[in-house]
Amino acid sequence: MTSCHIAEEPIKKVAIFGGTHGNELTGVFLVKHWLKNGAEIQRTGLEVKPFITNPRAVKKCTRYIDCDLNRIFDLENLGKKMSEDLPYEVRRAQEINHLFGPKNSEDSYDIIFDLHNTTSNMGCTLILEDSRNNFLIQMFHYIKTSLAPLPCYVYLIEHPSLKYATTRSIAKYPVGIEVGPQPQGVLRADILDQMRKMIKHALDFIHHFNEGKEFPSCAIEVYKIMEKVDYPRNENGEIAAIIHPNLQRQDLYVAHAALELLGSSNSPTSASPSAGIADMSHCTWLKQTLITYVNHENLKGSLFSLRWSLPLSPRLECSGMISAHCSLHLPGSSNSRPQSPE
Amino acid sequence: MSGVYLVRHWLLAPAELQRPSFSAAPVLANPAAAAACRRYVDRDLNRAFTSTFLNSRPTPDDPYEVMRARELNQLLGPKASGRAFDFVLDLHNTTANMGTCLIAGSSHDVFALHLCRHLQLQYPELSCQVFLYQRSGEESYNLDSVAKNGLALELGPQPQGVLRADIFSRMRALVATVLDFIELFNQGTAFPAFELEAYRPVGVVDFPRTEAGNLAGTVHPQLQDQDFQPLQPGDPIFQMFSGEDLLYEGESMVYPVFINEAAYYEKGVAFVQTEKLTFSVPAMPALTPAPSPAS
Repeated sequence: MTSCHIAEEPIKKVAIFGGTHGNELTGVFLVKHWLKNGAEIQRTGLEVKPFITNPRAVKKCTRYIDCDLNRIFDLENLGKKMSEDLPYEVRRAQEINHLFGPKNSEDSYDIIFDLHNTTSNMGCTLILEDSRNNFLIQMFHYIKTSLAPLPCYVYLIEHPSLKYATTRSIAKYPVGIEVGPQPQGVLRADILDQMRKMIKHALDFIHHFNEGKEFPSCAIEVYKIMEKVDYPRNENGEIAAIIHPNLQRQDLYVAHAALELLGSSNSPTSASPSAGIADMSHCTWLKQTLITYVNHENLKGSLFSLRWSLPLSPRLECSGMISAHCSLHLPGSSNSRPQSPE
Repeated sequence: MSGVYLVRHWLLAPAELQRPSFSAAPVLANPAAAAACRRYVDRDLNRAFTSTFLNSRPTPDDPYEVMRARELNQLLGPKASGRAFDFVLDLHNTTANMGTCLIAGSSHDVFALHLCRHLQLQYPELSCQVFLYQRSGEESYNLDSVAKNGLALELGPQPQGVLRADIFSRMRALVATVLDFIELFNQGTAFPAFELEAYRPVGVVDFPRTEAGNLAGTVHPQLQDQDFQPLQPGDPIFQMFSGEDLLYEGESMVYPVFINEAAYYEKGVAFVQTEKLTFSVPAMPALTPAPSPAS
């Protein structure tokens, strides 16, 4: 039987990050609100610290100043010698690692929630970095159940080359919270309400866990990253096609997409060969193709991407459902193993 | 993004903009901002076409957009002169749920209003709304005021920095119909008088803010996406972070537009209050052909 990773101690130190991208406003304003009035995020016995990670980008209402803060928390960047020549975000990453890490050490925060928005139609999404993390699988199961009937998706970024070094990855349990669609630089009340609820349920789960509650084994459906698809580009690197109307807003639905080239003056359904439709029919062999992050982020460089996700075929070691194989509880808690005295 | 990408495409393939009696010239109005995927570099270009900016003596410290406004005034104007372009069409997007909005200056812009009417008749399914931006007594400040006649197309909702195919196609089709209208006019079509319903701004409402000037709440869910729908005194307009609703305290019903537009946060505008008015637009008689040279 495979050994399970069970959390052995109560959760003590939790952080909630906003403004990792300065123009994703829901997290910015929730964190600023909680810095003034943190009653909503307090739970007995738990330290919950709200924190703005990229204040200069927040002030300018831009994604980042020099480089994307959410891609550089790898050990190489965190270990660079501090100097004024380093990009702003690399210097900031080192400060954050000092405050909430160090990454991969016993002193790092237990859980970091990193609050994000997307312009794409992803609804409420939780981002998981490790498919064997039973504690987080249980937390996500709890959040999904509590939010129902509002859908809440789990996006798994575990991948040998596509996984990226997130701001939250310095914690023992990193949690990405991504809610959309919301334009950059805009704060929508409905999106704010959804993100607020996700945090509430997450903190309730931690509180229940710390109180000794047992969570029976469970399974959740996830969407695992497979591939990034960039736009077709011309020689200057400018995009030469737009996401097809049939694909737009179809995050997480089965789709077979076609990209319409900008030069076409025919409607997308036209069969004219000169219309220049880029056919993605080689994807039709995928039984269920689920697309996330459609049409996200800035038009600069390679940040424009589709990420296609595929639910894994139903074999035990790579199931589209991932399971917490053991029930989850704190050792020594009064609700567990009632027959053996401590 | 729709306008940026349409213009970049037409600069390489201008055939779509040609008609028998004229060709439209595509212009990327703010190339530095477009290259950086930002609204502007130093200041909003679409507020820089007043005589103060256009006629003041250039200095090396001038904001980029002021220099660019003077260049565009040379290219398309000069504003209020006989040499100015006959017509400028300015392509915009908004994050607000304004659908297809046609922006003209005032009820005196007869040519532009006949063009609006033509677009409304050609695309009844789009419910094109007409917005008259100029307050009476106020000098015009936007790019299309440089030409003898001008109109802006404002399509939304679309996030900044994002290109949606549905909005892009719609804008492309509207531009084609604008050019068709101009061709009809040049060919000697007469356009009869008609009644037009339009929206005119009467004020703006800012977000609720803390003493430090930060946001204290968001646009209320009942107001979000309700552009051009009536707003009555007592209706909720903001939801505070602390939970309570703020209600509209105006004296009379208004029609809010540009609700929760990203670019207006820095201008202190959560929405623009407009009044709806109906007025007559006089007929536009057929062009008389130029007299032929004496034989």
